[in-house]
Parts: sequence; C-alpha cells; structure tokens
Amino acid sequence: MGSEHRVGGKVITFGENINTDVIIPGRYLVSIDPAELAEHAFEPLGPETQARLRASDVIAAGRNFGCGSAREQAATCLIGAGIKAVVAASFSRVFFRNAINTGLIAVESPAAADAVSDGDEMWIDYDAGTVETRGLTFPFSPYPKVLQEIMADGGLIPHLMASFAAGGPR
Amino acid sequence: MTGQTFAQKAIQRASGTAGIVPGQIVDAYPDLYMSHTASWRCIRTLEKMGVDRLYDVDRVAMVMDHISPAMDAKTAAHHALCREFAQRMGVKHFFDVNSGIAHIVLMEHGLVRPGQFIIGTDSHSTIYGALGAFGTGVGFSEITAAWVTGKLWVKVPESVQVVIDGELAPGVYAKDVMLKLIGDLGADGLTYDSVEFSGSYVEGISVSERMTFCNLAMEMGAKNAYVAPDDTTLAYLDEAGVPREELEVLLPDPDAAYRATVRLDGPTLAPQIAVPHTVDNVVDVGDVAGTKLDQVFIGSCANAKYDDLVIAAEVLAGHKVAPGVRLIVTPASAKIMARAAANGVLTTLIEAGAMITNPGCGACAGNGGAMTDGETTLSTANRNFQGRMGSYHSKIFLSSPATAAASAIRGVITDPREVVAEVVA
Repeated sequence: MGSEHRVGGKVITFGENINTDVIIPGRYLVSIDPAELAEHAFEPLGPETQARLRASDVIAAGRNFGCGSAREQAATCLIGAGIKAVVAASFSRVFFRNAINTGLIAVESPAAADAVSDGDEMWIDYDAGTVETRGLTFPFSPYPKVLQEIMADGGLIPHLMASFAAGGPR
Repeated sequence: MTGQTFAQKAIQRASGTAGIVPGQIVDAYPDLYMSHTASWRCIRTLEKMGVDRLYDVDRVAMVMDHISPAMDAKTAAHHALCREFAQRMGVKHFFDVNSGIAHIVLMEHGLVRPGQFIIGTDSHSTIYGALGAFGTGVGFSEITAAWVTGKLWVKVPESVQVVIDGELAPGVYAKDVMLKLIGDLGADGLTYDSVEFSGSYVEGISVSERMTFCNLAMEMGAKNAYVAPDDTTLAYLDEAGVPREELEVLLPDPDAAYRATVRLDGPTLAPQIAVPHTVDNVVDVGDVAGTKLDQVFIGSCANAKYDDLVIAAEVLAGHKVAPGVRLIVTPASAKIMARAAANGVLTTLIEAGAMITNPGCGACAGNGGAMTDGETTLSTANRNFQGRMGSYHSKIFLSSPATAAASAIRGVITDPREVVAEVVA
C-alpha cells in the first residue's frame, strides 16, 4: 500500500479476443485527442456498454485483449474514457506495447481477470506486482526495468522528453 | 550450444548483442521505420517533443495508403503535413497517395531486404518475412521515438515452425492454407511468437504467396513471420533492383530450439472461409455456400497482388457479376495496377462488371465500399471485425480471390471449384 503506482476502482468486464476495431473503429483514427476518441470507444457494442465504460476505472478481460490493428488510439481512447488499467488473461503484443507507451497500465493475470465481475473494485500496483480484488491478492511479475521507467514517466514520449531534459543521449 | 532461430539472429544483428535468448529484452536499431497514413501523428508527436533532428532520415519510409486519395479536408491536411515534412526533412522514401499499400510498395521498391529488422505502424508488418526480413508492428509513438533515437526495446520471441508439405488441390490457394491455420490455432495461437514457415509447399510458392502467408500470421498474434530466402526470393529482389552483393541472408540453424512445430498437409485442404466477426472463425467454403452477398471486395495487402488479380480474372472471364452484387477490385499497388492494365487483366475484370479503384488499402481500411445495416461482403482482406467496413450491423467473410470471384458470379458464397468446373465443361 501507499505506492504511488497503485491505481484502481470500479471494474467493467469483457470477454475474449476483444479487437481494436471494437475498441476504437478505424473511422475515428483521424483524431489523436484522448477525449474525442473516448466518445467512440467501444461504439460497436452500443451506448449502454459505452456508458458503463465511462463510469469504470479498470477493464478486466479474457484472452488476447486488443488483438488486431497496431492503432495506438486503442489505448489512448481508454485513457480518455478514464480507464487507469487493463487486467487481462493475455494481451495482443501490439496493444500491450501501445498501453505501456501511452502510460496505460496493462497487467496479465488470468486469475485476477477471472475472479471479478462487473462493478467490483480492483486495485493494481505495478511496483509491487499485485492485483487486489474481492479481498484477494493476485501477484504478477513486475515489469522489466525499461518498461517501469517508461511507465513512471507516463509513457514513451514523456519518458524520452524527460531523458532529454536530463541531458540524456538523443 | 543450441543453434539460433531466425528471430534470434535478426535481433542479434539489429541490437549488436550476442548470445541472446527468448525472453531477453534488448534495444534494437531497425533498418527501416515504416509509417503509413499514421505518419501525421508521428510528425505531431515530434513537434510536441520539440525535436527537429532525426537519427537517420534515410531509414524513414512514409506511404500514404490508408486514406488515398484524401476523403475530406481533415485528411487532406494530414497528407499536406506529411508532404511538407518529407520535403523539409529530406525523406527520400516518401510515397504519395498514388502509390498503393505501404507493405507492397516498399517490397517492390527494394526497401525490404533479407535479414533486416523493420518496424511499421501497421500490425501486418509481419509481411516483410516474405523476403526473409524481421517485420513487426508498433504504434505511432514508437515510430516517432525511433525517428529520434534510432531504436526500440524488443523482447526476443520464442519461435514456432509451421511446416506445410505437398501441393494444393486445384481451386485451393495460399489464403486457404492460412485461414485453415488461423482457424486451427486461434487468434492468439502464436501470440508473441516468431513464425518460420517451411516445407515443400512453401519452397514452391511465389513471393506474393509468401506475402499472403506472412501477412496473415499476424492474425494468430505472431510478432513476426519468416520464409527462408531462396532462388525465388533472389529473383524478386533482382527485379526490385537490390544488388546481390548487398544481401545479408539470415537462415535459422538446423539445431535451433522451437517452442512447437505445427504441420499441415497441403493436398487434403479444401477452400476455406472466415465467417463473421473473427478471423479464426473458419469453416470449409462448402459449409456456408449459398449465403447471399451484397458486395465482394478483392483488395488488401493480403490478396490484391498481381497473381491474385490474375486468378480473379481467370475465374471471372466470360462471366458477369450477379445482379445486385457490387464487385470492388483495389489493386495493392500502382505497379501491380499498371501490369494488370497492360496484360488485359483489368479489362477482363471490368467486362465482368467489376469496379476498379485506385491502389491502396481502400475498403479494408473502411474507405470506400462501406456497407449499410444488414449487408454482407465477401472480402479477400485479412480482417472481418465487426464494423470494419461500415455499419456495425453488417457482416464480412474472408476468402481467397478465387472464392471471391466465383461468389461474385453467383451472388452467393460459392466454392470456386464449381465455377471452374463449369468453365472446363
């Protein structure tokens, strides 16, 4: 507890193989503004799902979350919708990279993803490597050092800017 | 010591780190950073960073393919930004809206070479494995970061061998093989894996068919895909103007360690089709034959190359597209379109009732060829996700160009072997 990297709140759950076209349809990629994108996040699933998304803090999902396109806005739109972390049984590799690079916590934990229902609370601490929900604690392997550094700065671009400002190599 | 896979060798070359093993994270320096229509996002990000010096502008390749030509003032402004940037920064490898789909264009122009490590703002960047390169998709922030720093972090993947032996039956194509594999292994069956295709079938196929293979490997979650370069590859590279003395072919060692080996028997395969709304929802074409179609799309980086258009034209020659069905043909590149025009392939398609669009991603990226509620498209592309081609209440099936062409004639999903048999009889 007390870690600055502990985030969480109310959960919205999704099933397996949630793809990028469902998360953010291609027609909206003309924008990179998180708030604008958030209005269209999960639009194919209808307004009820979209309303629940905006009232949630954490996404819990099954296998292969974010499969499909390399569109970074699949992560950005979730940030815009107020999502702080995605806990899934597994991720597609591009979504995982995009999440880290945009500062969205992405944690692979099949057990934690399986344990929650819509509306539960879930808290994630990526320093400690724990997911807490329903009074249970699920450990996960902490991020490798390079990913921790990116996340600590809020994403890849802020991380590079911080490193340049500190006189790091360009 | 165990030998190395292709992925280990390619990442070793790109990172300068010897003895790397799966799971290890290293910094790799890509040979090429491809950005497509997303390039404007990279430029805006660069502006935000306040950086105006690139690591190596000659490794930047920009292709305006996803929205071509511009569809409105906003996308026109994005294109203008990219043109101005390319001019100002001296980006040599800038391809405008008349060029075609990034992957195909870069390969045709000799910018993809065996052994290279290439990143692109497109998940189907796995396609570069068709020429023995390591290609993988990333987001636009990572391309921007590579523009500035020249590098990105890479986790060394495990590798899986996919061995396909034997010849395919008439009417069965590379697309059918890949759909079968995707159906069998699932949309995450090869997540994070490097896939090496081999076997007598793979040795015998063209670079275009290998592109179909490596492109679609992504639909199983693969990080990259690979076919070992051979004489077929060298002939393609000769045509693309790549000097042989510049080639650095990387081959996996015979004793390399694989996570798994998957085998598929070519001769027993029937035409395959992916049904809505996931690519791994695959059945024999015969199982859904008779399904009514509103539109057929022959396009995308998976299946709109020259030989794909020829196959479609052969099936459609002397036939007409069924009344009420729209057949859209979008050649993958300007070069392919010119060749198809010169050889009468486009005329055959037009006479059958097809509409030919300019080269690019077209309907696969949702630009042109959108559907309204309740409509169904049979597409040769690589994704059938809900809403990808217009209405969220429309359906997309995925097949080979032969199945698509045969189905356009009948107006319903049709096993191409039926139409070809009709022609022969």
